Amino acid sequence: MNYVNKSVQKKDAKALVTGQPVYTNDLAPSDCLIVKVLRSPHAHAIIEEIKTDAAAKIQGIACVLTYKDVPQNRFTMAGQTYPELSPYDRLILDKHLRFVGDAVAIVAGENEKVVDKALKLIKVKYQVLDSILDFHKAKDSEIVIHPEEDWEAKVPVGADNHRNLCASGVESKGDVEELLKTCKYTVEGTYHTKANQQAMMETFRAYTYLDYFGRLNVVAATQVPFHLRRIIGRALGIGASKVRVVKPRIGGGFGAKQTSVAEVYPAIVTWKTGKPAKMIYSRYESQICSSPRHEMEVTVRLGADENGLLRAIDISTLSNTGAYGEHGPTTVGLSAHKPLGLYRNTLAYRFSYDVVYTNHMSAGAYRGYGATQGIFAVESAIDELAEKIGMDPLAFRELNMSREGDAFVGYDGSSVVTSCTLDQCVAKAKEMIGWEEKYPCYETKDGKIRGVGAALAMQGSSIAGIDVGGATIKMGEDASYTLSLGATDMGTGCDTILAQMAADILETKLENIIVFGVDTDVSPYDSGSYASATTYVTGMAVADACRELRKKIKEIGAQILEVPVQETEFDGQKVYTLDGKREVSAEEIAIKGTCGNNQSLHVTVNRSSEISPPPFMAGIAEVEIDRETGSIEVVDYVAVVDCGTPVNPNLARVQTEGGLLQGIGMALYEDIQYNEKGQMRNNSFMQYKIPCRQDVKKIRVEFAPSYEKSHPFGAKSIGEIVINTPCPAIANAVYHAVGLRIKEMPITPEKIAVGLLKK
Amino acid sequence: MEIKFILNRKEIKAEVEADTILLDLLREKGCYSVKRGCETANCGLCTVLMNKKSVLSCSILAVQADGQEIVTLEGMQKEAEEFGNFLANEGAEQCGFCNPGFLMNVFAMLEEIQEPTEDEILEYLAGNLCRCSGFVGQTRSILKFLQYKKGE
Repeated sequence: MNYVNKSVQKKDAKALVTGQPVYTNDLAPSDCLIVKVLRSPHAHAIIEEIKTDAAAKIQGIACVLTYKDVPQNRFTMAGQTYPELSPYDRLILDKHLRFVGDAVAIVAGENEKVVDKALKLIKVKYQVLDSILDFHKAKDSEIVIHPEEDWEAKVPVGADNHRNLCASGVESKGDVEELLKTCKYTVEGTYHTKANQQAMMETFRAYTYLDYFGRLNVVAATQVPFHLRRIIGRALGIGASKVRVVKPRIGGGFGAKQTSVAEVYPAIVTWKTGKPAKMIYSRYESQICSSPRHEMEVTVRLGADENGLLRAIDISTLSNTGAYGEHGPTTVGLSAHKPLGLYRNTLAYRFSYDVVYTNHMSAGAYRGYGATQGIFAVESAIDELAEKIGMDPLAFRELNMSREGDAFVGYDGSSVVTSCTLDQCVAKAKEMIGWEEKYPCYETKDGKIRGVGAALAMQGSSIAGIDVGGATIKMGEDASYTLSLGATDMGTGCDTILAQMAADILETKLENIIVFGVDTDVSPYDSGSYASATTYVTGMAVADACRELRKKIKEIGAQILEVPVQETEFDGQKVYTLDGKREVSAEEIAIKGTCGNNQSLHVTVNRSSEISPPPFMAGIAEVEIDRETGSIEVVDYVAVVDCGTPVNPNLARVQTEGGLLQGIGMALYEDIQYNEKGQMRNNSFMQYKIPCRQDVKKIRVEFAPSYEKSHPFGAKSIGEIVINTPCPAIANAVYHAVGLRIKEMPITPEKIAVGLLKK
Repeated sequence: MEIKFILNRKEIKAEVEADTILLDLLREKGCYSVKRGCETANCGLCTVLMNKKSVLSCSILAVQADGQEIVTLEGMQKEAEEFGNFLANEGAEQCGFCNPGFLMNVFAMLEEIQEPTEDEILEYLAGNLCRCSGFVGQTRSILKFLQYKKGE
């Protein structure tokens, strides 16, 4: 192996650091119509009347579309494999508006100025309805957010639109109630995480045009090109075959772009007018009408026996999907399945959940995808339970956490822990932070107090039995290789790590692998880059495709050498006879592939996995609190990750550092808030603070790689797990520092100061 | 109205409106490295040099550039490659969308401060947001770059 487990530079590095025009808006034709959307000022309303004549008459306006002008096919914007678990509850434009920011009309024109002018001239009469802004009041409310008859849940997920239920259910093993009664130690708590914006630097955007076959071409910053193709085909009523999706470089996604937030608007404009069109979301739009994390309230009950073994886990989650159900039925599952998977001694568990509609913007996919919310709750409760038992919280975890070879309890992705070094992760993290010396807290010279707190986390590696990775590898006439992918590099570097795997199997130089993706007309099908799937399942597809191609190369080599193929070997440079007497170069074989040849040097492979082996990690936060003001700083954060083989250690490290800081942002500042009218308060970067570099004191990352045998290189995922520890670790550190158990994110100085006053 | 200014060492003329924003004019002139990430002057993506000082091109009217010298990353390709190599060696360029504004501010910083300390680096670049990297890889790359420059 030459490249896997090495920190090579990303293949697109030079283009990115020199600012080349490689993103959607850099590539859009200059004559694109500018598309903008008139947004609902009301949280819940019906359009009684809408007048567009004056707007349409403005010079330079190409079209003004209302609900009367667009197809009425309900669809979901969630980019998931079909049949989607998210309900079909959207129209491109609907008479019924369900949140402040919902689409009222679409305007397209020659430039921004005329479009802005036209937007102001649309006259709308609204019938304002009562709204649901508190997700506790949504279920069975008299206010029904989706009363429509054509609302459809494709898959039975316990949904009932007349009850504002996007999903609902219970699953269990054993009798958790009975067991809790017999447990010597029990705790119960309710933990509340808020909606957060992914806040990737590149906002949502797409441009569209018709090609010479009359097909709709969509160039979009998307994580899910193939799903997007199907979604647009359905929403527009033209079918997927009329749509081609191309993904250029993407300026970050974090799950946000697993929802087709912006694409339908330019798509319908181009389809109606025949003209190229583009929609670039403003940051304001990206804040108020996009796809943030689901707000969740997770109630946890834990029970341990007299020996400190964690025996019973009861998790009950209420999730706020907002006005539409994108990713609602799926995110909620992770709030229990992932934290359950962390512990080995559970004899009984129960998981019950409701996912409800409210008049907030629709939630969506955000790194961690429900696991972040559930792990905050369970890992907080674990600390409380350990305290009750009188155990060090990490000793309690060491006693109860999953280990390699264990049977998983409650995790739905795999039945057995196939690879796990959680024990090493904890040991290393303790040593790095100096747990023994610092736990639970100590005072600094200037009278502030520092506390340490820990949390464990896991995620999956793809959705077992569902996600599909795809790879096409072909040999070019100069013995170079082209690796076509349907997975979507959004900056994370998957184009590079997949090329590293290909280079190792083909025994060639990394420079000899050209990576191409994504174009739904050309690339092999791949469900897309989400659910921590790419390294794992697309990696499998790449490895299998390259192995298959090696066989073909050998076959042609053997033909040229006129010997049976079993008497030859390929070493990346040449096919040679096992006796070492004769050989033919890869270049000659490649040329043979282009002339007088019946054998394609071209292999496409799709792969799914029946298991989803989790990466694991331990995170420990050291916080410093000023007891007078409540001011809090994370002065040190250590994380030790088992992602199997880190295919590119540098990229895995940066993923971890970035995910940790995003998690610290969630733990300390980020909080989508609505006023009483349902308007989002923090609708810009001015009000919605994300961490800046001065907020980072120290972040330290190490790896404790296990080897996951189901992957060709022993790798598991890394992208999502890394956001899961900061919320509980920081909450636990705050408790250890000042004795305050904060159960609602974010942990602001105000909450600490007020909490200390009340104590 | 017509304005004249020096863009990446070339004198150019442009017909602009009174409310044309410099960021939009620069992109119109083919400087696609200049990105917009917000509307509130918070993200730093649109950072360019105006008379060798870093400015947010989203907060400057095109007419204010009249008679001035503007440099974007398109005009500093050699420097971008040199420092960018250190950034890429950390894997910290990630999605790349914030890179141009970040690099321009790094160049402005190095113009202003000979040997910045880590605290000075963090303070100078505080306005350049990045959501992918957690910033620590960016800081590593700057420190290693400074080390390399010192040895040169």
